[in-house]
Amino acid sequence: MSALEDTTVDRSTTPVLELVDCGKHYGNVHALRGVNLSVRQGEVTCVLGDNGAGKSTLIKIISGLHDYTEGSMKLNGIVRQFNSPRVAQALGIATVYQDLALAPLMSVWRNFFLGNEVRKGPFLAIPEMKRVAGEELTKMGIVIPDLDRPVSSLSGGQRQVIAIARAIYFGAKVIILDEPTAALGVKQSGVVLKYIVKARDAGLGVIFITHNPHHAYLVGNHFVILKLGRVVLDARRDELTLEQLTGEMAGGQELAELSHELQGQDPSGAAPAAEAAPDRTGDAGPAREEKRT
Amino acid sequence: MSNVTTTPADDRVGTRSSFSTTLARPEVGALLAAIAVAVLFFAVAPAFRNVGNIGTILYGSSTIGIMAVVVALLMIGGEFDLSAGVAVTTSALMAAHTAWYFSLNVWVGIGAALVLSLAIGAFNGWLLHKTGLPSFLVTLGTFFVLQGANLAMTRLIAGGVSSNALNDLDGFDSAHAVFASSVTLGPVEVKIPVIYWIVMAVIAGALLLRTHYGNWIFAVGGDSAAARAVGVPVTATKVFLFMGVGFGAWVLGMHNLFEYNNVQSGQGVGYEFVYIIAAVIGGCTLTGGYGSVVGAAIGALIFGMTQLGITYAGWNVDWFKTFLGVMLIASVLVNMYVKRKAEGR
Repeated sequence: MSALEDTTVDRSTTPVLELVDCGKHYGNVHALRGVNLSVRQGEVTCVLGDNGAGKSTLIKIISGLHDYTEGSMKLNGIVRQFNSPRVAQALGIATVYQDLALAPLMSVWRNFFLGNEVRKGPFLAIPEMKRVAGEELTKMGIVIPDLDRPVSSLSGGQRQVIAIARAIYFGAKVIILDEPTAALGVKQSGVVLKYIVKARDAGLGVIFITHNPHHAYLVGNHFVILKLGRVVLDARRDELTLEQLTGEMAGGQELAELSHELQGQDPSGAAPAAEAAPDRTGDAGPAREEKRT
Repeated sequence: MSNVTTTPADDRVGTRSSFSTTLARPEVGALLAAIAVAVLFFAVAPAFRNVGNIGTILYGSSTIGIMAVVVALLMIGGEFDLSAGVAVTTSALMAAHTAWYFSLNVWVGIGAALVLSLAIGAFNGWLLHKTGLPSFLVTLGTFFVLQGANLAMTRLIAGGVSSNALNDLDGFDSAHAVFASSVTLGPVEVKIPVIYWIVMAVIAGALLLRTHYGNWIFAVGGDSAAARAVGVPVTATKVFLFMGVGFGAWVLGMHNLFEYNNVQSGQGVGYEFVYIIAAVIGGCTLTGGYGSVVGAAIGALIFGMTQLGITYAGWNVDWFKTFLGVMLIASVLVNMYVKRKAEGR
């Protein structure tokens, strides 16, 4: 896979999305400080960090859920302040959240077009919608023989792909993937990583949020590690090895594992453990599982 | 990671046969139940076999079905309306009192009742949105408010427990023709609410499955946060659904008023559950996001057949409610089973 990235670097030299000294504070809590980030089309920008590092805050700023309080954010060279997710979406920034924004009991094609239905007069153009949904999913390399199947009956990886394909089809320029592999097994993660590459090849600027350096290194062109709200590493792929990336990430992870052990042994150790432990404890699981493979 | 390249043909995801696709439709359970009930009474009740009684059975079904259709839409949208039963009476009383008290043309009262019914629905939806409380609580409040207001206003205006007769007011005949007349089709006398029931079921069914509004209804019921994230106007959709229930209450209320010429102020209590049961028999889930309007209409038909079938069979009618309870539980179990089978999960 290492051959994939260098061909795409020169496609566009100006970043489609650029954060300069961007920061966000909630009251007196600085969740994010001095973040510089450039996202280019046809590139995968990986944002790594342990829980509480500021990944979620960064996503919320870019997707328009929160406004930044310091620095600036430029989209196609124009300084923007998104007031709502709708504005961000209209400007071509799509976010695929962990919970995916799919209605579980609705069919694949209905979910694909939810909120952007194709109409013929007052009615839905159902054959056309099914055809397009099928084509777009096939383009992403996923074949779902029965588009009337409810998405709840599909695997986690397939659902991720539907959400990604939908974002691409509806004209996203930048797609933010919020830990798309965190809840998945090894094989399913591989499927999703493949589609990240496809989204990149389709010319999108991909922001891949993860805490798994192995996944990031497989697809990333550019790596940013956040720690306690600051950027501690900002490197291109050719400046970095997987070992270095893993090493940079490991400090935080070891701490999480350590606190997990301490919690099990000594109840009085709960206080320091709670400080270092992730607020969403479930996140540490898949990362460790991945390490064994 | 070697398996990554071989994913396109995932042999675990097979195509479903058209048989199981058909079985997976939410209204299938109700249809099977309806056939079973029809066969049962066909066998045991001679009067049930009389063609002329079809009109009576359909009429009984329609007085539940008109509301079951709109309640099913609301339930697919993920909400309940416990005020649906008394709202029918409120609508009828509004029309009766307005027309009688001011000695107006009854059509003015009918218009006022429509406005009030839609306003009650909009209020339910708005309060739900503002407070974030479950619709069970919000509409339980509305239920008691309306129940009390029905009794109190009728006492105040008509001095009793029933509204005053309207048949000497202007416009009564035309209103009676619109809301309570009947048509004869061969040997069958079809009362007009039957036609409203069928028309409303067809329109609501098309709305649900063939328009983007239907897509939104499924989505707000299935996962309202997901719906909002992709730009579906969640609040507006829910308010619209509550107003739909208001509209149904108005249609049925007007029928009740002009069929009997007056309305009892205590009517309607308990019917909210009958509508919900019809919708659930028709395949709606209590959690929302799944169900069928046609199924709810069939659920109402089961009600109508059972109600009259028990009488025709000469059984003690006291058993009716027991029979309903059994039907409800059985249909939910059948729906669950069929759904699981058909989805192969």
